[in-house]
Amino acid sequence: MSDISTTETVGWRAWLMTDAPGSRTQARLASLYNGWLSFRSNPMAMAGLVILLGLLFTAAFAPLLAPHDPFYQTLANRLQPPLSDGHLLGTDSLGRDILSRIIYGSRITLQIVFLVAVIAPVAGLLVGTIAGYTGGWLDVILMRITDIFLAFPRLVLALAFVAALGAGIGNAILAISLTAWPPYARIARAETLTIRNSDYISAIRLQGAGPLRIITKHIWPLCISSLIVRVTLDMAGVILAAAGLGFLGLGAQPPSPEWGAMISEGRKFILDHWWVATMPGLAIFTVSLAFNLLGDGLRDVLDPKSGEGS
Amino acid sequence: MSLLDVENLRVTFPTRRGEFEAVRGVSFSLGQERLGIVGESGSGKSMTGRAILRLIRPPGRVEADRMELEGRDLLSMSERDMQRVRGQQISMVMQDPKFSLNPVMRIGAQIIEIYRFHTGASKRAARAKAIEMLEAVSIRDPERVMRAYPHEMSGGMGQRIMIAMMLVTEPKILIADEPTSALDVSVQTQVLQIMDKLVRERGMGLIFISHDLNLVAQFCDRVLIMYAGKIVETCAADKLHEATHPYTRGLLNSLPRLDAPRERLEVLVRDEAWLGETSVSGRQ
Amino acid sequence: MSRLEFEGLNVWFGDGPDRVDAVKGATFEVPSGASFGLVGESGSGKSTILRALVGLARHWSGRMAVAEAPVTGFKRSKAFYKDVQMVFQDPYASLHPRQTVDAVLAETLKLHGIGDVENRIEQLLLDVGLGPKFRFRYPHQLSGGQRQRVAIARALAPEPSVILLDEPTSALDVSVQAEVLNLLVDLRKAHQLTYLMVSHDLAVVGHMCERIAVMQAGEIVEIMSVEDMREMKAAHPYTRQLLQASLGYVGEEMHGGA
Repeated sequence: MSDISTTETVGWRAWLMTDAPGSRTQARLASLYNGWLSFRSNPMAMAGLVILLGLLFTAAFAPLLAPHDPFYQTLANRLQPPLSDGHLLGTDSLGRDILSRIIYGSRITLQIVFLVAVIAPVAGLLVGTIAGYTGGWLDVILMRITDIFLAFPRLVLALAFVAALGAGIGNAILAISLTAWPPYARIARAETLTIRNSDYISAIRLQGAGPLRIITKHIWPLCISSLIVRVTLDMAGVILAAAGLGFLGLGAQPPSPEWGAMISEGRKFILDHWWVATMPGLAIFTVSLAFNLLGDGLRDVLDPKSGEGS
Repeated sequence: MSLLDVENLRVTFPTRRGEFEAVRGVSFSLGQERLGIVGESGSGKSMTGRAILRLIRPPGRVEADRMELEGRDLLSMSERDMQRVRGQQISMVMQDPKFSLNPVMRIGAQIIEIYRFHTGASKRAARAKAIEMLEAVSIRDPERVMRAYPHEMSGGMGQRIMIAMMLVTEPKILIADEPTSALDVSVQTQVLQIMDKLVRERGMGLIFISHDLNLVAQFCDRVLIMYAGKIVETCAADKLHEATHPYTRGLLNSLPRLDAPRERLEVLVRDEAWLGETSVSGRQ
Repeated sequence: MSRLEFEGLNVWFGDGPDRVDAVKGATFEVPSGASFGLVGESGSGKSTILRALVGLARHWSGRMAVAEAPVTGFKRSKAFYKDVQMVFQDPYASLHPRQTVDAVLAETLKLHGIGDVENRIEQLLLDVGLGPKFRFRYPHQLSGGQRQRVAIARALAPEPSVILLDEPTSALDVSVQAEVLNLLVDLRKAHQLTYLMVSHDLAVVGHMCERIAVMQAGEIVEIMSVEDMREMKAAHPYTRQLLQASLGYVGEEMHGGA
């Protein structure tokens, strides 16, 4: 190989950029750092990340950031337009401060996002890799179950679950997770099918490794990256589904400041008092967009098929 | 007069750690001859071939003091003109025909399309020409092959079809990048013979890119040996075994040989100084 | 004593009308400490024999034995894998892209129940000519030759007596090939290994092996010593054809037209 004229690197950067790491930790950190470098070079993805960090910050410090109590009603002060006295984004039909409600609502959004992101892909990964690696009748059974779930429109299925389990934010999350896992199972299975025939899996089999070890230690690490990308891209859909359930009155219940439920309440006044429904709508839009941007950036960094970028 | 004249060709890729130069100041010319470019992976031999056709994707850059096809400057040409040059004046055969043929189009249709794109001939004339070309690459039943899809062909057949397709427009130069390294030895000979015959009969220039020194020595007229993006040595192909540069010698000696068994193979020791040497000119 | 025995080995893929017979009635044996080569063109079934022995090809009939102990079915014991190891053709595909050299070797040692992992890894890396500085690199930080050395170190880790080599250098540059072949010769001497090597390159097999079997379309057409091969004493016309071709591109023939 020809030489590469290196830009000067010093201290911890040199330590991270080294081609010959001296320990397990250094090797791991160096590869993370490399990923970070290529992620950082994508401005859109960085924008997504900044918005989401902002969301995290807002949720964590909601009591400090919110100018008012999100549940405090003053009917005398109802339906104030944005920029009115003391209410930056106006007030809703019960005179509650919309900005404060959106700030507190971010906690609910994060809760939904986090729980769905933990439940659905993990279930999908389990089902998909087991089906893909073992093959045979187990594959057929698991994949037909997946097909059955896939055959229903997502929101309709979630509606059915919530109707059966009872309305409420917890059940809404459960319902969304139950409808979200099949695509992950499909992706994980497809990846597993290509990975399982590769030489490095054959090689570890020739060391006497059993299926459990191969699936968890050798197949999962390769499937996880594409699942993470997919989860991030799907998060926009999850937030919208949660908002949709809230809008239909099957998700978070009043007076909870869930964004979808807020839009639902604002619907009655949408012609005369547009801001009541628009402000939470903008919040949903921004966060969904941020997840999409982040997902795109992560795809470039994590997707093993896109190479190591050298 | 030479068909192709290249002077001080450079191919550069920006990387996170600075600029990476894949080709570093290569000069050569090509007449109606078979010019071999040999080197190991990473030597820049394939990049040189692609750079001539301006097939280096951005952010990679191609620069040269001169890159002329029969006196016409290739570097300043518009992308539209360049498309005419590719295929019509200069064709390229790649290593694996599987990736170069459209899998969902019949072979005949692909050859006809290429011919008509470059010549504007009638369908009937293009068809006759396609059959003629397939016959020229020793395909016994061209009518059947015309109707077949690429996946129905073996590796050797596929590569012959690629050659037929690339030569149907009667280009002046053929660039063959490892055209036979995916093939078995017995098929390899056949494909090379066909390529050789066509290149000779049509008075074309051939750039034959390969890692196989023996093959290049036997098949070409003149050889450029590349190392780390530069030409380290150039010689007549039949004199390759008398090459003097330590890199070339090292490569030749590291090959196991059936007729001269050895206990241990000689290992090529790379000298840092080679990186500093200036590129030898392959112009004539 | 013969280390590996194959008798009337048939290997096939698929069933019914889709059945492809990859190996048909292969019979040969490899004595202890010997190096045996299987040559042939792609699709001749040479690699399939190795894959059947280690259990990667499931459907086979006939008899295969390692040190007189016959193997059955496609499941192999831990003891088998401790004794018989394999190096794959493509070093770019045979190492897990997310595992460091250290992780690959440590896991192999652990699976075989070998302790003293730290020192063993250092020793294995030295054995295959890689220094300790390569220990924590990922495959993408290694060249093709270095990767193949790691794959060889992995095969050596359980201290096997037999190593199956599936075209170990065909994906490498010639200068790197020379290094890897030298390494394999040295290791065989140092560890008294038995090699069964598959290659399409007669010169490579000629350099590495004492006896070779020539395969064509799933059948062994000829078994001969390397000396006979060097002197072109091939009985079968296909072997002669391969030998001709391996001497290089024959220009004269071409002037007569193809």
